[in-house]
Amino acid sequence: MTAPLATAVSADPLHPVTSEQAEAIHVRDLHKCFGELEVLKGVSLTARDGDVVALIGGSGSGKSTFLRCINFLENPTSGVIRINGEDVRMISDGHGGQYPADRRQIERIRSRLGMVFQNFNLWQHMTLIQNVIEVPIHVLGVKRDEAIAIGEQLLERVGLSEKRDVYPAYLSGGQQQRGAIARALAIQPRVMLFDEPTSALDPELVGEVLKVIADLAKEGRTMLLVTHEMKFAREVASHVMYLHNGVVEEEGRPETVFGSPKSERLKQFIRSVS
Amino acid sequence: MADASIFPAAISGMFELLSPVPPGWGGNLLRGLANSLQIAFGAFGLGLLIGTLGAYGKLYGGPVIRDILAIYTTIVRAVPELVLILLLYYAGTDLINRVLEAMGYAPVNISGLVAGIVVLGFVQGAYGTEVLRGAIKAIPQGEIEAARAYGMSPGVMMRRIILPAMLPHALPGLANLWLIATKDTALLAVVGFSELTLETRQAAGATKAYFLFYMAAGVLYLLVTLSSNAIIGRVEIWARRGMPSIREA
Ligand SMILES: Nc1ncnc2c1ncn2[C@@H]1O[C@H](COP(=O)(O)OP(=O)(O)OP(=O)(O)O)[C@@H](O)[C@H]1O
Ligand SMILES: [Mg+2]
Repeated sequence: MTAPLATAVSADPLHPVTSEQAEAIHVRDLHKCFGELEVLKGVSLTARDGDVVALIGGSGSGKSTFLRCINFLENPTSGVIRINGEDVRMISDGHGGQYPADRRQIERIRSRLGMVFQNFNLWQHMTLIQNVIEVPIHVLGVKRDEAIAIGEQLLERVGLSEKRDVYPAYLSGGQQQRGAIARALAIQPRVMLFDEPTSALDPELVGEVLKVIADLAKEGRTMLLVTHEMKFAREVASHVMYLHNGVVEEEGRPETVFGSPKSERLKQFIRSVS
Repeated sequence: MADASIFPAAISGMFELLSPVPPGWGGNLLRGLANSLQIAFGAFGLGLLIGTLGAYGKLYGGPVIRDILAIYTTIVRAVPELVLILLLYYAGTDLINRVLEAMGYAPVNISGLVAGIVVLGFVQGAYGTEVLRGAIKAIPQGEIEAARAYGMSPGVMMRRIILPAMLPHALPGLANLWLIATKDTALLAVVGFSELTLETRQAAGATKAYFLFYMAAGVLYLLVTLSSNAIIGRVEIWARRGMPSIREA
């Protein structure tokens, strides 16, 4: 994203041009407990428009939980979450947890966060195009013709024009995941959330999905990406966070984190996955 | 010669008895069938409504709602339907009239049709709750999570995702419930509602042609089942549109 500095006025209200890009996601001191088990122990993150943040870490380190807290699929136990500059109001449930005060606020926020799941999670009773236009029409109130026109463009982008009217069960994993990315793009997301988008794929299908994601990164999409593909993270990310046992152990530019890791644990982790 | 004349006479006698216009009893049987179908439709629809709400309540409701629903489904499924019908019909109408009386209104005569639909619908609702609860639980969790992650409100999610996604899992159970509904209407004969079975009994009693009329009623019930199966089969193909058939997979 090459935004001219200072006074120019942006035509796109979602991406106001300022000397510094606006904050899309701001998380401070996030804690999450499942019963007695504290899975996140104070994680903070700021993602500005155009940032590509890669979350890495061992199994069970809390990466998915962190991502799911950001769109409130899990209710954080404590901490501040601000999405699109909007503070999310929480109410204490009286048992040490909290839940969102306003369901509609959460729904509004979610409808601008495009989530892509490890297992695709396309709706099986809808064709690919129906999956892509579902949220624009029934959540965002976009007109049907318009949603279809945009949806067809997106399917073309991810190379699935021919599969427009096919049900997900008849598609390969790689095709389903590209379709799921088109579904996420269709809501014109402020931020895209990827949770290990290639982990459920056969090795020969990983490349086609990574390519689509890399293209999105290049065009300046804001993304949060949980991944085990270290080489890929190094290529596309602008910022890397290494999570261990619910704590950010190291973070920074990819060349620093991967090139000269400080902690012994991160060194070992990088060795083990590459 | 004598043989040849008896046989056609017997056959033409049968036709006379079954003729839809008096003195034939066919019209009565068809009216009974129409009443049975009306009750079956109404009860099945009411059961579907109760079942959907009950399934939602059991899955997502608070502890009080869940307890109430557990009592409802357990009791209704434990007690024989005939007993429930007698109980709900007589106790129900009695209760309504007592309430009306207490409030200073005159007692009403509750129509057999409405009472039949309500009573059978109440029974169907208990089974429907369990069928639909199981079907909703069979939806892959990820599809519901995707709906939540994209900001669907509970209402939109129910209408757009949960109901269509659970339908293929629910249809075999619902088809059974529908066929049971068509036959359970016969139980309403005990409270004097003139559905197919009661009409048949009256026709048979009046003419002494027991075998003929019970066979005719049996054929009518069979036709209902056969045409239901044809329709259900089509609905099932449509509901399973996103699923590869077992043989293909
Ligand atoms: N709903 C839940 N209830 C209880 N514990 C949970 C729940 N979800 C996650 N956990 C626990 O929280 C911890 C972190 O899980 P999480 O899924 O965030 O890990 P992860 O970093 O995404 O791991 P992976 O790389 O294997 O996906 C794990 O110990 C897990 O068992
Ligand atoms: Mg995970």
